[in-house]
Amino acid sequence: MSTPVLDVQGLAYAYPDGHQALYGVNLHVHQGERVGLLGPNGAGKTTLVLHLNGILTPGAGSVAVSGLPVTKQNVQEVRRRVGVVFQDPDDQLFMPSVRDDVAFGPANLGMRGKALEERVLDSLDKVGMAEFVDRPPHHLSFGQRRRVAVATVLAMEPEILVLDEPSSNLDPASRRELADILRSLDVTLLMVTHDLPYALELCPRSVVLSDGMIVADGPTYDILTDDALMSAHRLELPFGFDPRAVRLPSAG
Amino acid sequence: MGAGHGHKLHYHGHSLIHRLPAHVKIVALLGFMLTVVATPREWYPVFAGYLACLLAVIAVSQVPPLYLFKRMVIEIPFVVFALLMPFIATGPRIDVLGLAVSEDGVLAAWGLLAKGTLGVLGSLTLAATTEPRDVLAGLERLRLPNQLVQIMGFMVRYLDVVTEEMRRMRVARESRGFRATSITHWPAVARSAGALFIRSYERGERVHLAMVSRGYTGKLPRT
Repeated sequence: MSTPVLDVQGLAYAYPDGHQALYGVNLHVHQGERVGLLGPNGAGKTTLVLHLNGILTPGAGSVAVSGLPVTKQNVQEVRRRVGVVFQDPDDQLFMPSVRDDVAFGPANLGMRGKALEERVLDSLDKVGMAEFVDRPPHHLSFGQRRRVAVATVLAMEPEILVLDEPSSNLDPASRRELADILRSLDVTLLMVTHDLPYALELCPRSVVLSDGMIVADGPTYDILTDDALMSAHRLELPFGFDPRAVRLPSAG
Repeated sequence: MGAGHGHKLHYHGHSLIHRLPAHVKIVALLGFMLTVVATPREWYPVFAGYLACLLAVIAVSQVPPLYLFKRMVIEIPFVVFALLMPFIATGPRIDVLGLAVSEDGVLAAWGLLAKGTLGVLGSLTLAATTEPRDVLAGLERLRLPNQLVQIMGFMVRYLDVVTEEMRRMRVARESRGFRATSITHWPAVARSAGALFIRSYERGERVHLAMVSRGYTGKLPRT
């Protein structure tokens, strides 16, 4: 197979206070895949994400993005290639207008003028928020802010989009709208979540992170129907949800 | 330029004053204020002239006077202080409406009130006719250090977020039967303030993380 977009090998990390969060994680994501990263609270999901764009430096092991190792020298290019959408849009949207916020990433990469403006509108268009370009982010609804947060990252034309709990705090309609948007994007996706139905809906493949280790990697459907695996790692389906009874959206 | 969803202090419009470049307005306000403050308070007619200038600017800006007047409540603490001055100050006494008040105090109160009111009205006019982001851009054009402009920008952006968080914490406190009615309740309020500070600090760290993730290197790009 070609060079994986994301290649994590033997990644281990301990926080400065001594708390070991990751114990040798191996993960490969290939071009065009949509992968769910599942795991209970405190499994180390966010710690893993912060390694993908070089915010944290591995204690052991390595991370490479499309063959480019994540190191201090490469960090700027890595951050262009890996777009992280954080959980709280208020953390991500900090500029006085939606336009400035979406422009922030590409402008940091040196883009200016008309090309920048086009990139901004194009990214907002992809998430259906183009008409809000002049609004201040804090006047938008939560679902709209989440979509703008996705646009801020799309504007950098990343090779892989990493979403941290994209469905949290969304009402069912916003949740579905976001799913439609994510499905329509032509980009490799790593979705960190404990919203299992959402992972089943969007990600053909999932990996399970538990206590700092990858304990399962396979088709999302197989993982969610493996009751022994699920209960061993504190993964529970919401009440009334049966993956066996769901008609999966056609792979796309 | 804004879509009419600006800050609470901003009054949307397209007048000449609205359209003036922000840095011109900032310099004008600063110049105006320095002149007002430097004017000896006994030059009464000059202050009338200042007020007339300001009112003329407001008239051109088409911001309703009532809109500005309501926002002038911010000055009340100073007004209270000014009104106390004639009674507190020492020196020769004069009779005003049968009350013996200090002559120096009356003069000081007049000075404070006149200069303060002109300042507040001038600042409100700037705020009403200029979007916060334009004020920041103007300050940047005036070569204010970039870091200071960034800090102010974040203040504008997160003021509402932090206020809302404070409100939620108060609602949560009161939902559990707490009302700050006596001094013995202050420790709880103080602890809330501490929690708010820590939350805001942590949010600052998360925001920084999100910025760094999008290639931030210490300077906001000029767009």
